[in-house]
Amino acid sequence: MELFTNQVLAGIATGAIYACMALAVVMIYQAIDHLNFAQGEMAMFSTFISWQLMQWGVPYWGAFLITLIFSFIGGIAIERILFKPLAKAPVLTNVAGFIALFAIINSSAGLIWDFTIKQYPTPFGSAPFLGSQLISTHQAGMIGVTVLLLLGLYFFFQYTRIGLAMRAAASVPESARLVGINTSWMIALGWGMASAIGSIAGMLIAPVVFLEPNMMGGVLIYGFAAAVLGGLTSPFGAVVGGFLVGVFENLAGTYIPGVGNELKLPIALALIISVLVVKPAGLFGRHIVKRV
Amino acid sequence: MSAVEDVVTEAPAVEAVPKRAMTLGTGTSLVVLAALLIAPVFVKNFIIFQMTMLLIYGLAVLALNILTGGSGQFSLGQSAFYAVGAYTTAVLMEHFNVNYALTLPIAGVVCFAFGFLFGQPALRLSGVYLALATFALATAMPQLLKLNFLEHWTGGVQGLVVTKPDAPFGLPMSQDMWLYYFTLVVTIAIYIFAVNLLRSRSGRAFMAIRDNEIAASAMGVDVALYKTLAFGVSAAITGIAGSLGAIAVQFVAPDSYTITLAISLFLGMVVGGVGWLPGSIVGAAFIIFVPNIAEGISKGLSGAVFGVLLFLVIYLVPHGARQVAILGQQLAGKLRKN
Repeated sequence: MELFTNQVLAGIATGAIYACMALAVVMIYQAIDHLNFAQGEMAMFSTFISWQLMQWGVPYWGAFLITLIFSFIGGIAIERILFKPLAKAPVLTNVAGFIALFAIINSSAGLIWDFTIKQYPTPFGSAPFLGSQLISTHQAGMIGVTVLLLLGLYFFFQYTRIGLAMRAAASVPESARLVGINTSWMIALGWGMASAIGSIAGMLIAPVVFLEPNMMGGVLIYGFAAAVLGGLTSPFGAVVGGFLVGVFENLAGTYIPGVGNELKLPIALALIISVLVVKPAGLFGRHIVKRV
Repeated sequence: MSAVEDVVTEAPAVEAVPKRAMTLGTGTSLVVLAALLIAPVFVKNFIIFQMTMLLIYGLAVLALNILTGGSGQFSLGQSAFYAVGAYTTAVLMEHFNVNYALTLPIAGVVCFAFGFLFGQPALRLSGVYLALATFALATAMPQLLKLNFLEHWTGGVQGLVVTKPDAPFGLPMSQDMWLYYFTLVVTIAIYIFAVNLLRSRSGRAFMAIRDNEIAASAMGVDVALYKTLAFGVSAAITGIAGSLGAIAVQFVAPDSYTITLAISLFLGMVVGGVGWLPGSIVGAAFIIFVPNIAEGISKGLSGAVFGVLLFLVIYLVPHGARQVAILGQQLAGKLRKN
């Protein structure tokens, strides 16, 4: 029983990361209707920036804040420079653009900071949380930050004018434009926010997986899986999906015989597909009705 | 009014291509064919090998093109079908001493069945959800091939070594050259099959589903059957490409068939032009040669250079090689008028 609780808690802790990543994925998906395959690499690059700042002597929270601002501006810049010209191009061309962005960021980070694994500090410490052996303060901190982030986003979208404008631009762009919303900049804003959220995920997971250019590969896949499981139209669903995927991945690795680290991912994906076959729009997704 | 309609009707997932625009004219086809036939006589064995790989990847991209460009279903799992084809050939050749040419149709049938079955659950999914499902297949495949109880057949992580066949009837050509011509014949046969498939009743059904699934079913197209059929055909062609690939590379191992391969094939399709069959070979050339060029420009930044080149291509021609071909045709038309 103790093993079970242990695994569930550990799953919730890693799930917090997936939830963060899934949240970033959903943000961009809401804004532009595409899955951003370069999301993980953008987060990785931001994390490296914060590491570099700390190497130069900036304290943790200072570096955290500067990185957030940098990621926000960087996300907007990427949208304005690279993807705005592709807005009219076919969907699959856009996907190719994401893959290109992935290659560019990954390779540049490798050149600037090389591929050696680096230690990354945690602001929460790694002592046992509240005297419990099951969960460390860093893991508790991760869960706390994710929940705060979700609450913040909820209030932003529900109770601010700009959040309302962003929702309008995402759901009915034509009408939103008619009432005077600058939909093109709302998309850029979506990119900026997604990039900033991704950078938070990167900075939180870096102490766990260590810092290196390929650190986000696996995380992003789980993030996608979580977002799709929860429903791509629902930020809340994305977070729930993240925790579910984290817990399930850990339990499958522990209890199903023959499933080592290698088979964890395929099993997690298989579960998600079985869920999708029953509920094609994800657990909390809105069903989109199409007109012929 | 039209503005409102734009909002409610979702844009089709894939650019609609009329079936006449899917192929080349006779003249151009003959020139390309002649070039492919004569070229190996003048070049070194390594380049012949690369040309063989070009044809093989061309086939795999063609298969994806039938699935995505034809029936409008998106797949990131082509590497799994490619792997199944490659392993079928390798196991048959090394454990059962089957002739290499005979393994191709067997691999095709095995992959057809595999693709057809995979198409069943995929029926319920579309767009990004289908992308995720096929992606899952692609990530699972290398792990499945490494499984312990299959190790006797698949050789586990080590993989299997495949013997390269000699030219038959004492023909005076190197193994590489023979394999090139063999691949060329198979490729042409499959290309002709694909063109005719898309012109047939089934091809029209694919395209009707691609353009509007609900309307297609209202017209009496069996949507479930044709969608799974498209998966099956695409998997079969990819599997045959995988078989040829195994023979050409003389080696199969789980880690040769990762998601990277599936992504490459996808890029090949986009660069060649979605739904334009001749573009497959252009796309294959892109995914084989551009990474090498990128590495030549800068070793450390090869990934970034590749990304930048890819961006250039999709900026200049968002519809891929098809757009270049259409522009060329229009230009030729203008010149003729003058």
